[in-house]
Amino acid sequence: MRLRNVIIAIVSLVLTGSFINSPGKSYPEKLSGWKIFEGKMSSLKPAKGVVPYMLNTPLYTDYAEKLRFVKLPVGTKAKYTEQGILDFPEGTVLIKNFYYSADFRKPGINKNIVETRLLIKETENWKAITYVWNDEQTDAELEIAGDDKQVHFIDKEGIAQKVRYVIPNQNQCKGCHNNNDKIMPIGPSAAQLNGKYAYTTGSKNQIEYWKAHNMMQGAPALSAIARTAVWNDPTSGDLNTRARAYLAINCAHCHRREGPAQTSGLFLTENEKNITSFGINKPPVAAGKGSGGRMVDIKPGDANASILWYRMQTTDPGERMPELGRNLVHKEGLALIKEWIDQMK
Amino acid sequence: MDQKTSTHLKKIFLISAWVCSSPAVLLAQKDFQKKYQSQMILAEEGTVIELPAGTFTLTNTLSLEGKKKVTIRGKGMDKTILSFKGQTDGAEGIRVSDGTDIVLEGFTVQDAKGDAIKTMHITGITFREVKTEWTGTPGPDNGGYGLYPVQCKGVMIDKCQAIGASDAGIYVGQSQDITVKNSRAFQNVAGIEIENSLRAVVYDNEATENTGGILVFDLPDLIQKKGGDVKVYNNYIHDNNYVNFAPKGNIVATVPSGTGLLILATKGVEVYNNRIINNQSVGTGIISYYVTLKKIKDKEYDPYPSNLSIHDNIYERKSGLPISKDPLGTVIANKYGADAPHIIYDGIKNPKMLDEKGNWIAGQCISIINNKGQTIVNLDAEHSFKDMGRADDQFKCNQ
Repeated sequence: MRLRNVIIAIVSLVLTGSFINSPGKSYPEKLSGWKIFEGKMSSLKPAKGVVPYMLNTPLYTDYAEKLRFVKLPVGTKAKYTEQGILDFPEGTVLIKNFYYSADFRKPGINKNIVETRLLIKETENWKAITYVWNDEQTDAELEIAGDDKQVHFIDKEGIAQKVRYVIPNQNQCKGCHNNNDKIMPIGPSAAQLNGKYAYTTGSKNQIEYWKAHNMMQGAPALSAIARTAVWNDPTSGDLNTRARAYLAINCAHCHRREGPAQTSGLFLTENEKNITSFGINKPPVAAGKGSGGRMVDIKPGDANASILWYRMQTTDPGERMPELGRNLVHKEGLALIKEWIDQMK
Repeated sequence: MDQKTSTHLKKIFLISAWVCSSPAVLLAQKDFQKKYQSQMILAEEGTVIELPAGTFTLTNTLSLEGKKKVTIRGKGMDKTILSFKGQTDGAEGIRVSDGTDIVLEGFTVQDAKGDAIKTMHITGITFREVKTEWTGTPGPDNGGYGLYPVQCKGVMIDKCQAIGASDAGIYVGQSQDITVKNSRAFQNVAGIEIENSLRAVVYDNEATENTGGILVFDLPDLIQKKGGDVKVYNNYIHDNNYVNFAPKGNIVATVPSGTGLLILATKGVEVYNNRIINNQSVGTGIISYYVTLKKIKDKEYDPYPSNLSIHDNIYERKSGLPISKDPLGTVIANKYGADAPHIIYDGIKNPKMLDEKGNWIAGQCISIINNKGQTIVNLDAEHSFKDMGRADDQFKCNQ
């Protein structure tokens, strides 16, 4: 028995290449060691058992494009949950690739892949690690201490942009992915997945696809599943619904009762009912200069007089929100929130 | 080898020896950030992370997360200086979260873009000989908090210094079992602030040249609702007359310039043996949240101060009008001119804490006795200052 374990250990070591030690667990030093992609690494073509997904309203990260995959252990399924992220089985790996197309008007062409983040469900807890891609785009290396990279791209209006893209260190991962001091995924809830994805086999609702491919159990009929509005698609929900969906994914991972920004008393989850907790006419607690001289988080009818708007439109690291991954103002998101507050009575 | 060559070689040798003996100083700044951030990520129980002497510029927050028994130790407050002047990422200089028995000692954090050192959800956090400062003339662009433990249990702040914070230099929020001692807060808006915190002792500190020296506050809409059981003693609280440079919207922006000690809505505070000198608007203020003119929407919040004991302090001030031009300062100036009383009470009492005769029920009385230079004004703010007047001997409790 012991000999068998030793052989397994040696074989897996040979298979995945060298390892780097991180507290409690070893991980492949190179992304290729995970065998997530097949063929040329930079094509990001998923290997067997690795399934792409998207969210209705994703977290903004300095205009980076994101390609997400999930890998469930063979023979396992995620359990449907009505609220919050799905109950994923032990061994699940969520994979998120951050890249910039050279010209946003031609998405997917001449991609510059910057980093690939993995969320791994080990036993009951999730672990977050990130791999930084090399300039040749042949592989990515495990990086625990964070880094930054200058990235250039041409935006949708054809204007050349540059950004100092920041790769978070391992602790900063938990700055966002945090629920009661435990690392948690932010995105893949049933409501966020309840939308269509253009699979190679054709377009299909993701929940339907997961069910059909034995990836999800316990899900009711699609009509009974909530659906997160698409923040920039007015056909998916009214202004209020879309604004709250936007704030929920971009802010509520910290600004919730179980999150790291609980000290502020500002809670931006979609189901927050207390309007003061939601920021309406709420004075700040410890905003410091982040108040921008404004008196309350949300002043109905006046975005310009609202701290929420102020902190979204500044790039000062001591003032901006979110704190990380936001060196560039998200103009379209800011416009949505401005319209929402301005129309509020 | 001639003498000249020998001297020349000696010089080269000396230079290279110096270079070799201080390798950390020569680390490229990005490498410094990576090296120590990696150590903080990989630290195991019992690790001491030693920071070298020198001034190091960092561009991102250094963070310690989920650790037990880890010490970050510099070579001394004025020897190891972490400068965040060019910070591009992260909202704090140092951030410590979700841990047990963490010690920070012997270094300075300078010019952080946001807060200098924030620690959250730590059981057992010690700051020893740590300085946080914003260099240059204090202004609203400075970060909010210097030493900033929040939602921690067991906080020890000893021999620390805090300079130039646009909110509070030493700020303990929503925490329990706190000691702040032997420390100095200088040119902050609030020198030392204990907010929504339970069981705090604040002693042997100096708070000077702040807008307000020491604040004990209870605020609404927070997770830890009630503070109290706070003792403030043996402190030297003097010359806190700095202009209020807090950005508007923050609660401390309402603190009058020239405030020594301010108790806002907190229950169970004892203030004694302090020297409260030359705070030119208010030596000690006792106020309810109503005075801030902010609306209260938190139903669980109790906006009134009660159960206070202020005794055996020394009050002195220079003759002259209160320096604060805000409504409170103006009201006092109009009534008392250059001879403003040291202690100001807004007179707004919680009706639930009074008996049918209007006296405090047991345990809720406000006692102000035996202070040197004790002069008190009761503002009667509840009735638009109608019965405002001197009440020097009216704060004796029978219980």
